[in-house]
Amino acid sequence: MNYFIKICSCLLALLISSSALAELPSAAQQPLLQELTTVKLSKTLPVLQQLEASEGADMLPLFKTLLGGNLYFVREDGRLLGKYKAQGATLYADLFTGEKLVDLTKKQVKKIKVNNRLRGYLGEAIARIQLNNSDSDVRAEAVRSLFSDLDANTIELIRTARLDEQSRSVQDVMDVALALYRADNSDDATERLQAVKDLQGSLEPPVRNQLTKLAENDPSRSVRKAAQKGLDKIAKQAEMYSFVNQLFFGLSLGSVLLLAAIGLAITFGVMGVINMAHGEMIMLGAYTTYVVQLLLPEMIEYSLWIAVPAAFIVSGLVGILIERLVIRHLHGRPLETLLATFGISLILQQLVRTVFSPLNRQVATPDWMSGSIEINPLLSLTLNRLYIVAFALLVFMILLIVLKKTSLGLNVRAVSQNRDMAKAMGIRTDRVDAMTFGLGSGIAGIAGVALSQLTNVGPNLGQAYIIDSFMVVVFGGVGNLWGTLVAAFTLGIANKFIEPVTGAVLASILVLVFIILFIQKRPKGLFPQKGRAAE
Amino acid sequence: MSGFMSKFMSFSRINGDSKVAPFVVLLLTVTVLASACNLLLPSDSIFYVSTYTITLLGKYLCYAMLALAVDVIWGYCGILSLGHGAFFALGGYAMGMYLMRQIGDRGVYGNPDLPDFMVFLNWSEMPWFWQGMDQFWIAMLMVLLVPGLLAFVFGWLAFRSRVTGVYLSIMTQALTYALLLAFFRNEMGFGGNNGLTDFKDILGFDLQADSTRVSLFIITALLLCGLLILSKKIMQTRFGKVIIAVRDGESRARFIGYKTENYKVWLFVYSAMIAGIAGALYVPQVGIINPGEFSPINSIEMVIWVAVGGRGTLIGAIIGAILVNYAKTKFTAIMPDGWLFALGAMFVLVTLYLPKGLMGLWEQLKEKQQQSKNQSGNDSPNEKAEEGHA
Repeated sequence: MNYFIKICSCLLALLISSSALAELPSAAQQPLLQELTTVKLSKTLPVLQQLEASEGADMLPLFKTLLGGNLYFVREDGRLLGKYKAQGATLYADLFTGEKLVDLTKKQVKKIKVNNRLRGYLGEAIARIQLNNSDSDVRAEAVRSLFSDLDANTIELIRTARLDEQSRSVQDVMDVALALYRADNSDDATERLQAVKDLQGSLEPPVRNQLTKLAENDPSRSVRKAAQKGLDKIAKQAEMYSFVNQLFFGLSLGSVLLLAAIGLAITFGVMGVINMAHGEMIMLGAYTTYVVQLLLPEMIEYSLWIAVPAAFIVSGLVGILIERLVIRHLHGRPLETLLATFGISLILQQLVRTVFSPLNRQVATPDWMSGSIEINPLLSLTLNRLYIVAFALLVFMILLIVLKKTSLGLNVRAVSQNRDMAKAMGIRTDRVDAMTFGLGSGIAGIAGVALSQLTNVGPNLGQAYIIDSFMVVVFGGVGNLWGTLVAAFTLGIANKFIEPVTGAVLASILVLVFIILFIQKRPKGLFPQKGRAAE
Repeated sequence: MSGFMSKFMSFSRINGDSKVAPFVVLLLTVTVLASACNLLLPSDSIFYVSTYTITLLGKYLCYAMLALAVDVIWGYCGILSLGHGAFFALGGYAMGMYLMRQIGDRGVYGNPDLPDFMVFLNWSEMPWFWQGMDQFWIAMLMVLLVPGLLAFVFGWLAFRSRVTGVYLSIMTQALTYALLLAFFRNEMGFGGNNGLTDFKDILGFDLQADSTRVSLFIITALLLCGLLILSKKIMQTRFGKVIIAVRDGESRARFIGYKTENYKVWLFVYSAMIAGIAGALYVPQVGIINPGEFSPINSIEMVIWVAVGGRGTLIGAIIGAILVNYAKTKFTAIMPDGWLFALGAMFVLVTLYLPKGLMGLWEQLKEKQQQSKNQSGNDSPNEKAEEGHA
């Protein structure tokens, strides 16, 4: 019961907040709305028509509710209600204010009936209202929603709207609708042929269905041929867009790999040690995002801007701590370092399990990152992946500048090229080691923030990416950031292109086998460090 | 100069007086005693050893054999393999396939020709690699051949192109990871996620019977002793000396004229075969083999057994494996969450403070004792000889 009330109050809050901006019915509309509750079914149509023509509140919710057969009114005062089903219970809400009416019984309300004649009218009216919407996306969507049941009336509607339409993209969609109708219904073969030609270049799914139908069944040979030609063209385009799509997914995976591997590459390049706890630095970054959102629940929109520096600091400090406490003492023993850092990774994983529970945590995605850019019906790019690609490149650029233009970068490069000589020149290699480790770990933390937007955050998050990151480092070679960049994107894209052919598991196996074979030819990776120091 | 000294010291440590003989005697005595206490005593006697304990001991000895395999290449040749779990699991799968074929029509589906999981997947006939696995000798051959061949191909490719150090470790880890992914697939024909299990008998003996369990335990102990002695002998031959030379200075060994990659490949194959045998003995005692054995963390855990015991000592690897696994059994029973903390701490502390493991600690203590003896006046001849060398 308690649970139920909670849900109701949540829903109530939701409805009120969502309708807070909606206008209330105007003085002209009020009597019409009242009339609607008393008028006979056969006389409803003129009332609706008057309502559609009236100025004031948006009639779209009313028409939609009526079309769905969910329009009710309170017997006492004639207030119009929408019926909703939530959690198996029936609820009523005021159509215009959105106010939830919890304690209404079935006897206190009455349904406003609807018949097929009204339904036909309502369908068109809804499309008409939407076609007059000020947002061109809504207009285009309205036309698309009509694609499936085009008849003489709707076509007339679209044709009228087409005359006043200003937006080019909406015009195109309307033309497709008109051509679709002609291709389906015209008795004249030449007109059908023209319609098929007009349809070419459109990638809407109904166009494809219509062309398939024509290519198979049309009595005229030339129409069949033209339809087939259109289909071939669509297939070709679909192929191209699926290629672009795969490329995009590959780039997105590649950028994640880049973020995960680049810190590893730096530490490996400078200190010659593999940090097996690198994956856990990623995990810490992801959990930092989670904690930031937990602490600032009302600032989800900005949480990532806070999480990126926070994760950098958290992971970076943990990295410096590890370097000072453990790795420093294992200098010159890379295999032992590998084992010790693996131990640290186990401890960190278990620590997170103890503190945050072994279950996965959901990190919220800010609104500006969710959704996707729809380029055409066959190709849409999800925004979070797009941002992560850009973010990875940004981090890469910043790192490149740090390494090339700052004194820290100069020291780091000197130590990675020849540690003894750098030391002889007065570089405090000890400090450089700690800073490098902190920098590498901090970038891993940033990678964790990015990953938290793609997957769930759990104690094993780092483990999933660590072997792939190692592969990137091995493939790209050490001591060259560009090598890591090329390797990350190559592996990411290769993975996504092999995947549809062989399945995800076999794809990663093939990539691993490829790398094992690759280092036969180039044991030092794609871009090996040259010179005597690179032994 | 000090580098040379430490290298010389480690060299003399390995070739110093061997404790293999007393260790083997101890191991066999414990084996015989435990077996006798299980079979001969009534179950209410205080000296009775339960069959559960026997199986547990058998499991530890399999792990010890695996640790021996890791020590042979890590301790003596300096190759840190993070993929030995793969060879172990492959040996285990070969044995598992044999045991699977022995089930015959006693499976859940009662199909006389096909194992249960193939019936479940609607396969009409057995894949080619399952043919002949009902013959014990073919299966045993596979236990040696499959890990050996994989080690040969991988080692040949890796050592020939002079992949060393952490690069090699990472590649071995990738190898076992790839196999993990592959064996999870149903299409591979190895039971997918569930692996192979539900075994009934081996060579006609019931796997659940006490006598079979004890026999498996004794066989494991005998093989472990045999392999320990064999490995020790190998390390004392010319081949073993070159291997140690490769560990201490690969370039130098190469410049002298040894084809170091050949030595490394054959040692790698030998080590992989030991791991395969360990896996084959492990499966009938534990009763299941699944892809989880391929997971990288298993392989890396083996390395810590060797590190705890002391690498390059063989006996240390065995002691380390038994100790760590005993601790794991106790720990996971008392506080399951604590085990990973303990294991992680072990990794860090052993590498930091106990680089030569427990065996090294033992040596250190003995040296100290000797030093205090020396200081009190009478020089030992042994110490003198070493000083003369240096």
